Amino acid sequence: MFSDWTEKYEYIIDLGKSLPVIKTQYKTQENIIRGCQSKVWLYAENIDNKLIFTADSDAIITKGIIAILIRTFSNQSAEEIINAKTDFIEKIGLKEHLSQTRANGLSSMIKQIKLYAVAYSNK
Amino acid sequence: MGNNKFNIDLIRNDFPILNSKVKGKQLIYLDNAATTQTPKVVIDSIVSYYSNLNANIHRGAHYLSQKATEAYEDARKKFQQQLNAKSSSEIIFTSGTTHSINLVANGFIDLLNKGDEIIVSHLEHHSNIVPWQMLCEKTGAIMRVIPMSEKGELIFSEYEKLLSNKTKIVFVNHVSNALGTINPVKEIISKAHEFGAAVLIDGAQALPHFKVNVIDLDADFYVGSAHKIYGPTGVGILYGKEEWLTKIPPYQGGGEMIDEVTFEKTTYAKIPNKFEAGTPNIAGVIASAVALDYINEIGLDNIAQYEKELLDYATQKLLEIDEIKIYGDSSNKTSVISFNIGNLHHYDIGSIIDNEGIAVRTGHHCAQPIMDYFNISGTIRISLSFYNTIEEIDSLINAIMIAKKMLS
Repeated sequence: MFSDWTEKYEYIIDLGKSLPVIKTQYKTQENIIRGCQSKVWLYAENIDNKLIFTADSDAIITKGIIAILIRTFSNQSAEEIINAKTDFIEKIGLKEHLSQTRANGLSSMIKQIKLYAVAYSNK
Repeated sequence: MGNNKFNIDLIRNDFPILNSKVKGKQLIYLDNAATTQTPKVVIDSIVSYYSNLNANIHRGAHYLSQKATEAYEDARKKFQQQLNAKSSSEIIFTSGTTHSINLVANGFIDLLNKGDEIIVSHLEHHSNIVPWQMLCEKTGAIMRVIPMSEKGELIFSEYEKLLSNKTKIVFVNHVSNALGTINPVKEIISKAHEFGAAVLIDGAQALPHFKVNVIDLDADFYVGSAHKIYGPTGVGILYGKEEWLTKIPPYQGGGEMIDEVTFEKTTYAKIPNKFEAGTPNIAGVIASAVALDYINEIGLDNIAQYEKELLDYATQKLLEIDEIKIYGDSSNKTSVISFNIGNLHHYDIGSIIDNEGIAVRTGHHCAQPIMDYFNISGTIRISLSFYNTIEEIDSLINAIMIAKKMLS
């Protein structure tokens, strides 16, 4: 997909610039995702039965990663998000970010997105 | 660089992993404070143990058991010599520095009363903070903190003010894992003893870099990890003065650490066995002593001199980078450099240079109080060893410049 790592990372960094940014009032302790080395805030709103996610991070690559996740999961119904498979992550070459180390919070971010979906599907 | 006993190419050949590739690039391993790489002699020792010598120790009457016991106890004597301890029974093998510290902290449960004080330093790794906090919760003792300076050093005059006849134990690292600062532990110990307080020194980051003499320091406890001195993981050492190790109770109960067992009463073995319950990491302990032999053959003085030259070179090259900030610039340091670049996040830089095969550590390095002092979330840390080279540092600088460009 990318000829070398620089292209891949430039793409991720670029995506981060298009991240739908969380509103300042939602940038609170409650909305911080644990399990990341960088700070990540994630917020979900239910608009017309679709979940709309916004986020932010103090690390640029993390911004890019969460932008990829938001592109995939945002503007879907809670059920669609709960049932969504995550094998696309390996397909697009982000598998290394799925490891258990604290250094990357990709697993934590996906978990949080799904938790939001579960919470909204029960409402 | 170094002297003629020190041949960097020969040394690098001793470490198989240094030839490996990461993401298609030559591995450049600069994370030695986290763990060091393993020379072939140590790897061979582990293979040889399981191929030729494996038997449980201390208890068997058969040949293999006796041989394994001899090798294990020889390793203990090697560590005694390495630390210049009075007796080999003052060397306890544990599973690591963290285990060693917990063992000692646990030993103080009955020795501390409510209102007693214990002193920690602002430079400590969490393993030398948390067990003591747990101890305070159990005993009602109070923890006081030796403050640090902008240079990443402890403020000795403030330390002196903290000491009183309420102080029961002081625990400080010999070298800061986050900043590389070498602390004046001999003076810290001397002062603490004036008030009758014991001192535990966390030597995990010291033992790989210079000679440690526990008698000269007059340390009451000195701890370290084999995997930071080119040995395998799962082995730690605890040195304790005989008076102290006899005084504090065992940490784990079980086989080996007993004298006699009945359901009415069990009596404990003498040191060191008192603190070595169960079957230890026999292969690991024996291999750890082989690691000591390896570095002693090169010579710790030669290692220290080479690492100093690397440190100076790396520091000079990093300082040429625009917006670089190095944390902790004590004139007395080991080869560790913690830094950030402008407002760039340490995770971003670490992730990008990883693609060039470069292994550094980013984050708080289990030293959140230091990060809080500098009001940052973390740093990029390089920690150099005697198998790193000038060329590797040049590659690091190039990779950082690439990262800087991509992130701006």
